[in-house]
Amino acid sequence: MSAPSPLLEVSGLSKSFGGVKAVDGIDFTLAPGELLALIGPNGAGKSTTFNMVNGQLRPDTGSIRLEGRQMIGLTPRAIWRHGVGRTFQIAATFASLTVVENVQMALISADAKLYAMWRRARDYRRDDALELLEQVGMAAQADRPCSVLAYGDVKRVELAIAMANRPKLLLMDEPTAGMAPKERNDLMALTKSLVVERGTAVLFTEHSMDVVFAYADRIIVLARGRLIAGGAPAAIRDDRRVQEVYFGTGRTFERHTATVVPAAPAAP
Amino acid sequence: MDALASFVAQLLNGLAGASSLFLVAAGLSLIFGVTRIVNFAHGSFYMLGIYVAYSAVAWLGRGVGYWLGLALAAIAVGIVGAVVEMVVLRRIYRAPELFQLLATFALVLIIKDAALWIWGAEELLGPRAPGLGGSLPILGRAFPSYDLFLIVIGPTVLGLVWLLLTRTRFGTLVRAATQDREMVGALGVNQAWLFTAVFALGALLAALGGALQLPREPANLELDLTTIGAAFVVVVVGGMGSLPGAYIAALLIAELKAICIWLGVVDVFGVTISFSKLTLVVEFLVMAVVLVVRPWGLLGRPQAPPRVSGAAEAPLRLGDNLTTAVAAVLVLSLVALPPMTASQPYVAVLAIDILVAVLFATSLHFIMGPGGMHSFGHAAYFGLGAYGAAILVRAAGLPMEAALVLGPLVAGIGAVVFGWFSVRLTGVYLAMLTLAFAQIAWAVAYQWDSVTGGSNGLTGVWPAAWLAGTRAYYYLTLTLVLAGAWLLRRMLFSPFGYAMRAARDSALRADAIGIDVKRVQWVGFAIAGLFAGLAGSLFAFSKGSISPESLYVGKSIDALVMVLLGGVQTLAGPAVGASVFTWLHDTVARNTEYWRAMLGAIILILVLLFPQGIAGFVQQVVDARRDAKGDR
Amino acid sequence: MSRLSSRIAVPLAVAVLLGASALPVAAQGTIKIGEINSYKAQPAFLDSYKRGMQLAIDEINAAGGVNGKQIELITRDDNANPGDAVRLAEELVSREKVDVLMGGFLSHIGLALTDFAKQKKVFFLASEPLTDKIVWQNGNRYTFRLRPSTYMQVAMLIPETVKMGKKRWAIVYPNYEYGQSAVATFKALLKAAQPDVEFVAEQAPPLGKVDAGSVVQALADAKPDAIFNVLFGADLAKFVREGNTRGLFKGREVVSLLTGEPEYLDPLKDEAPNGWLVTGYPWYGINTPEHKAFLAAYRKAFNDYPRLGSIVGYSAIKSLAAGMQKAKSTDTEKMIAAFSGLQVSTPFGMITYRPEDHQSTMGGYVGKTKNDGGKGVMVDYRYVDGNKVLPSAAEVKKLRPAD
Repeated sequence: MSAPSPLLEVSGLSKSFGGVKAVDGIDFTLAPGELLALIGPNGAGKSTTFNMVNGQLRPDTGSIRLEGRQMIGLTPRAIWRHGVGRTFQIAATFASLTVVENVQMALISADAKLYAMWRRARDYRRDDALELLEQVGMAAQADRPCSVLAYGDVKRVELAIAMANRPKLLLMDEPTAGMAPKERNDLMALTKSLVVERGTAVLFTEHSMDVVFAYADRIIVLARGRLIAGGAPAAIRDDRRVQEVYFGTGRTFERHTATVVPAAPAAP
Repeated sequence: MDALASFVAQLLNGLAGASSLFLVAAGLSLIFGVTRIVNFAHGSFYMLGIYVAYSAVAWLGRGVGYWLGLALAAIAVGIVGAVVEMVVLRRIYRAPELFQLLATFALVLIIKDAALWIWGAEELLGPRAPGLGGSLPILGRAFPSYDLFLIVIGPTVLGLVWLLLTRTRFGTLVRAATQDREMVGALGVNQAWLFTAVFALGALLAALGGALQLPREPANLELDLTTIGAAFVVVVVGGMGSLPGAYIAALLIAELKAICIWLGVVDVFGVTISFSKLTLVVEFLVMAVVLVVRPWGLLGRPQAPPRVSGAAEAPLRLGDNLTTAVAAVLVLSLVALPPMTASQPYVAVLAIDILVAVLFATSLHFIMGPGGMHSFGHAAYFGLGAYGAAILVRAAGLPMEAALVLGPLVAGIGAVVFGWFSVRLTGVYLAMLTLAFAQIAWAVAYQWDSVTGGSNGLTGVWPAAWLAGTRAYYYLTLTLVLAGAWLLRRMLFSPFGYAMRAARDSALRADAIGIDVKRVQWVGFAIAGLFAGLAGSLFAFSKGSISPESLYVGKSIDALVMVLLGGVQTLAGPAVGASVFTWLHDTVARNTEYWRAMLGAIILILVLLFPQGIAGFVQQVVDARRDAKGDR
Repeated sequence: MSRLSSRIAVPLAVAVLLGASALPVAAQGTIKIGEINSYKAQPAFLDSYKRGMQLAIDEINAAGGVNGKQIELITRDDNANPGDAVRLAEELVSREKVDVLMGGFLSHIGLALTDFAKQKKVFFLASEPLTDKIVWQNGNRYTFRLRPSTYMQVAMLIPETVKMGKKRWAIVYPNYEYGQSAVATFKALLKAAQPDVEFVAEQAPPLGKVDAGSVVQALADAKPDAIFNVLFGADLAKFVREGNTRGLFKGREVVSLLTGEPEYLDPLKDEAPNGWLVTGYPWYGINTPEHKAFLAAYRKAFNDYPRLGSIVGYSAIKSLAAGMQKAKSTDTEKMIAAFSGLQVSTPFGMITYRPEDHQSTMGGYVGKTKNDGGKGVMVDYRYVDGNKVLPSAAEVKKLRPAD
């Protein structure tokens, strides 16, 4: 299902910490509009990979190209300017701003108006921001402080923020961590619809297998820093190597997912 | 080789000095680590330690009683610490960050006056330690035997506290709380008692440090302030929460001082350098260098992002009709003030001071509240503005009007330079780096006789003739302060102000939507410096003279107190706090003999009544009324 | 909580407001002296100073006041901050309508008030501050100064210092203007009198923060013949104790500024050094009639012995009264005219305010310290008249800006 000209092209990516290879020469691509899940057991190198793609970590070797442009060495905010939005495992919003101001903040930044000191920020593209909130179903709460929202709502606001500069690629780190099953599905359904509508590609890591198999177009599997499999959900589900690495032999994903509890949020 | 012997002997002196420094710093480090309280009163506990020890030794005699006296002093002050924690601090843990600092500031004032009342003004030199009053020949020199004792005592206390922290349940809890305050609650520990115990232990260690100085220096009323600065430096240079780090830092600073004194006055390539004079500021130079190179101190670890224990800050709201009306009435009455108080010309004089303080506090609030950068050295920019204006008038012969424009620019440039380094840090490390820069600026002003007039400062900095009258100068000040405060407010509602708050709320999220957090903070820092400089320039011309006090740490603390007193989470807070503090200071100091204690007591009452600050409290009341009316 | 707060806060605020708006009651037919000093910051010196002022006021008023009016003293605490001092000066002038200003202990505050006097054309008597600049570089026609300046204090010590004939000198002083200018004067005057003198070590610890052990050792290691000390207060106590323990003073002459003043000598107790050449105030042994009368009155009033601060406070008030009597007014211009050459009787004898630089000729006692059974005293002292150590009118003219 790989497209002729990939949006994101990762090749030969490696990173070691004190001699331990956390990520060891992985390659993958991501097409426009595609939802790609990055999965693997704890310590497989998911977070490391993720943080290299968004610019928080600098890889030892390899390249990351977005629409053919090299991203390595760029800061997260520079990568954002190239059209990469992101959400965090523990949702990060601006607690002392209202919901709509959170989105406006992203719009202000997208328009490079951060150092404007005269005009009023609260009037800045408010309608555009409200439209984004409408899409995530948060328009009714636009003028509430972000600090008083329920966690699921914070996640939606975060999604709206991340979508504000019409990213080509959205990076979602454990998007449903800390949420109830119902909320998880709502959020992923919302994500999927936004993505389809806007043609945004998504790379996400996820613990919850039902989410992965329900929403991913394609899955890549990491184990001990290497990519061991990649393909459509159905193929991955049946992949013996994946089953072995992931859960030990003889078990199926379905049985396991019933017992998967999202990891307690650790400090980022 | 006598020069070598002399050098080694100086290193020994440094070791003795390090022990004293470490004892005070250890307690401060514990208290901050667990309770996150910036305890300004720590130096006061040290001072109390030496005073109580003096009295205890006088009472118990000079044999075994001497040592018993020292121990008793430490224990007594430890109990004072526990009482302070239970009566005052415990009530305000849920207040906004740093608010507890206000309470400890009030305690400094109260303890100082209490000591004056109990022990009198004359310094009290205690007797020599029994058995350790003499000296031993070391390296051909007479070395005090008590200094040898001190050299041993520092590492001994380090070892004991280390054992306490690693081998006891109490220690485990303290370490856990230092890493993560909320974990203690999760462990099912009574947090209140843990905090009380730690605060008492910290006070006890400070007092022990003081008591052990009894044979070396007289008890006097300056010890609180001379001690607290050095203690903070040691804690931060060593790395918050690291006791071995504190010892290493104490050693580093004490040895560097000893070496400076050993070098004395040296000719280097025909330039005479007095290393001895460098001891004025050496600890702050060390701190600046260490923090620039190692942002978390020598042995410190990156701090977890500070967790706000109080309620989250409410979004900024533009003033409604009520606020606008109140502001309009206020401005009108300020304009009408001089004619209305013509029979009391002092009102306008005091009003000028209040207005200057308002602008100074508002500029600090700009970075401290919305910017989340707790500057402990904001006086640097006030002082640079004042000195800039004064020097431009005095040395460059510029007209006063031009100096009033250029003075703030000097401060702005200073803030650009210092800010560039400071914004790279966060939390208490940022606070201490700003303090270090301010102290370095102070030391330069204090020493550079030919330009700044040295410790005497500069005189003859009066306004131009048409502004020389009190009324004219009042209107000038009013205009510039209102304009400055309004501009700062306007900026807070602008995209830039939002970006600054966004960067404070979540640096992670801000970075992920393309906000260059450090740059935004840097620009904010520079703007705050510029306006603090304007306040400083106005101050210089209103007084006709300027001296190093204007950029000393005391001035920085005044600004912090004003902001916190008014309420850091409200825009009117700094203005209210500055007005109340300046006016209270003037009134209380004129009408009471023990005015420091009185001022401290009033602040303490305000702190307990209004944990959100005065303006914060008013806002709460107004909001509550509004909600009750059914606005929402 | 918030309900409770408002219930307490409102009455509190009202009470404070009411308290502040109470206006000072202007007494009819009194002369008001406005006095500004760092009472809380420098209590060791200023408590006795305040008593001295009080004694003088009581004496003058009991004798019928000045020009038929009673004298009222209004004191203000400047918190050791020149900005506060200037504001309080404005308050005293504009609100309390004082006739003259006086005060100052710290040099920078003295200078700020000196400049204020010039700008606002108010008569100012600088009582305590020592800096030479008040009467010389920054001198102005509105400002007079009572206490012997830094220059005079050093100059008084020079004749005996030269007689010691010591060649190698080590110097220690607090690192601010007072210490710096004392040392500069000492070096200049000693070098002029004794050209072969050498200064082999110089230590300038921060005021109030001397690392006494290191400093004492550094001075000892330079192997000087003699030491010139400018440290005072807590610094002095630390320095003396370390010096005694480490044998710094053994076989060395020490010349020490102000150390004989009870304010600084008494706290040393059994640590008090022997044989230091000092300036000071041996109140226990001055047998002039003026001083005997003063001592008796002071002890009677306060049941305590006077310190040098008491002399300064007492003499400052007496000077103002004498000036007002001579001027027959408190008008600024008339006071300036009256103070030029004004003669005042003080516990130290007759002093004159010099017309050429507005400095009084009050001198001081120079003598040796002695540890008299665990208590420091001065012995072999003599009074040095300030006039003998002041530069001539011609020299002063070069130092002082034209009025």
